[in-house]
Amino acid sequence: MTVYLLRRLIQAAGVVLAMSLLVFLGVYAIGDPVEILISPDADQIERERAIRSLGLDLPLWEQYLVFLGKALQGDLGRSFVFNEPALRLILDRMPATLELAVGATVAAIIIGLPLGLYAGLRPDSAVSKAIMAGSILGFSLPTFWVGLMLIMVFAVQLGWLPSTGRGETVEVLGVRWSFLTWNGLSHMILPAINLSLFKISLVIRLTRAGVREAMLMDYVKFARAKGLSPNRVVFVHVFKNILIPVVTVVGLEFGGTIAFSVVTESIFAWPGMGKLIIDSINVLDRPVMVAYLMVIVLMFVVINLVVDITYTVLDPRVRLEGKA
Amino acid sequence: MTPTLEVRNLRTHFFTRAGVVKAVDDVSFAVERGRVLGLVGESGSGKTVTGFSIIGLVDPPGRIAGGRILFQGTDLTTLSEEAMRDLRGNRIAMIFQDPMMTLNPVLRIDTQMVETVLAHRRTTREEARRIARDALGQVGIPSPEERLHAYPHQFSGGMRQRVAIAIALLHKPDLIIADEPTTALDVTIQGQILAEAQKLCAESGTAMIWITHDLSVVAGLADDIAVMYAGRVVEQGPVDEVLDAPLHPYTLGLIGSVPSRNRRGAPLRQIPGMTPSLLNLPEGCAFRARCPRATDACAAVQPMITEHRPGRFARCIHPHLEAAEAA
Repeated sequence: MTVYLLRRLIQAAGVVLAMSLLVFLGVYAIGDPVEILISPDADQIERERAIRSLGLDLPLWEQYLVFLGKALQGDLGRSFVFNEPALRLILDRMPATLELAVGATVAAIIIGLPLGLYAGLRPDSAVSKAIMAGSILGFSLPTFWVGLMLIMVFAVQLGWLPSTGRGETVEVLGVRWSFLTWNGLSHMILPAINLSLFKISLVIRLTRAGVREAMLMDYVKFARAKGLSPNRVVFVHVFKNILIPVVTVVGLEFGGTIAFSVVTESIFAWPGMGKLIIDSINVLDRPVMVAYLMVIVLMFVVINLVVDITYTVLDPRVRLEGKA
Repeated sequence: MTPTLEVRNLRTHFFTRAGVVKAVDDVSFAVERGRVLGLVGESGSGKTVTGFSIIGLVDPPGRIAGGRILFQGTDLTTLSEEAMRDLRGNRIAMIFQDPMMTLNPVLRIDTQMVETVLAHRRTTREEARRIARDALGQVGIPSPEERLHAYPHQFSGGMRQRVAIAIALLHKPDLIIADEPTTALDVTIQGQILAEAQKLCAESGTAMIWITHDLSVVAGLADDIAVMYAGRVVEQGPVDEVLDAPLHPYTLGLIGSVPSRNRRGAPLRQIPGMTPSLLNLPEGCAFRARCPRATDACAAVQPMITEHRPGRFARCIHPHLEAAEAA
């Protein structure tokens, strides 16, 4: 297990390095920030001084090495716009995005698993058919439209829930969280539902497919032939088997949720990383874009690792050499 | 003495959109304490469905449409699901065909055994573990205490089937239904398991139904044999007599298609044609299209199962009585 972890960590470092190069080149190709940052009235001397102070006069490979060297020390550059370390800007916004993504994922599991289980065990009932039809809607309705509809219905017409911002926050361990106050939680509900709709549908369909497949397996019939109660057959024998694909997909989706919460955050004016990256792209704030992408890459790498480890816990067949 | 199991006129039908599939149609047999009944037939002849009917695990759209299953005098077809569940794995156990598929891949052996003990006996977890360990030892699994911690994928096919058998034996059942348990195993392992099954029945008085398509297995193991064709028992009797001098042309055909030392070099005889679809069985004898002895009379009526000789039953208008007499 230790060998495996070590190998995985080295692989992860390789992925991060390769991504840093790609991200750096990609962002370099987008455009020259000088045109946006320096006032058109500035004279030649001022321009050159600004370019030199930003390090933009160096050849590209040297810029990359400087970036890499500093990145290893945790310095991903200063935002052109806010004149603050880019990493800190992102980390400041991260809790907001994280709690939204976690909320959405938890909702997907709490709502999706039971519905999928029901639909898988009673595939012909009317309720199951309704659940499956609903999941198709969840898949195909565009996020921004659903978001706007949620605001229209629950914020504007019914006035039950607020539609913008994080509401009151509480500082715990130096980080501000919304979900710990009632007001903050009420601000979270609509964007979390918006973000989780797709995932709920995904979990429903995965669970249903898994249950229907597992129910036909010999080991389920054998479990019944042993005289076990139906509950034990479903919640131990079937459930543990379907958890494997569900954990994999939900885990991988979690990274995607964080990375692409941009739309939801924009609609609900949720001050998270997604909103920051959109604003940064608009003004070509290169350090922030690079730092954001690097954080996301790191996050994906970590999530994949966690999923792999969870997987070995759930499925003894992929358990690695030695006793876990 | 009442037999452990008596099946009378069992009908298990599957009500599909395309029509009614009569997977088991008017099947009767009995198994006594300590005896082994070989239930023989081709794929789709209804032998597995018969087994599932007895243990009450026929899945929709199938259901028992008629007949009685008397287990120690109680009609299982009238029992509630709860009462059936008490019997399953307890008084009636089943062993499945493919040992690679019958154990749950993500649960440890001890989990799968202890849950079976606790499903039918109020006892502590430690005691249940001890029973499980003893059962593993009983079926010849070395160092059972350690193997309890293992997962199914850490066992070979033969060992997994032993585990499945150990699970079936946990509550010392009165009846074991074994659905081709040796088909997926290689021949040496098959021999060991057959020998142990035989010993078990003789020692503990367990009745056993051994479902198979392999006549050579039945010849060595069973006391009685019931040959199924298209959902019906076509021939029934003591195994030696039936195999020596079959009455039904289908049984004769089956025996003829087994390779034998006596006919070395000669091409194997085979039964022409294929098993008919159970969806639309023709009137009359279901085997007549493939039968060398068929006449017009076979198409007219469905032959009844008849006792042609003492203890020898066959469902045929033109049985091989001459061979039976010669024997």
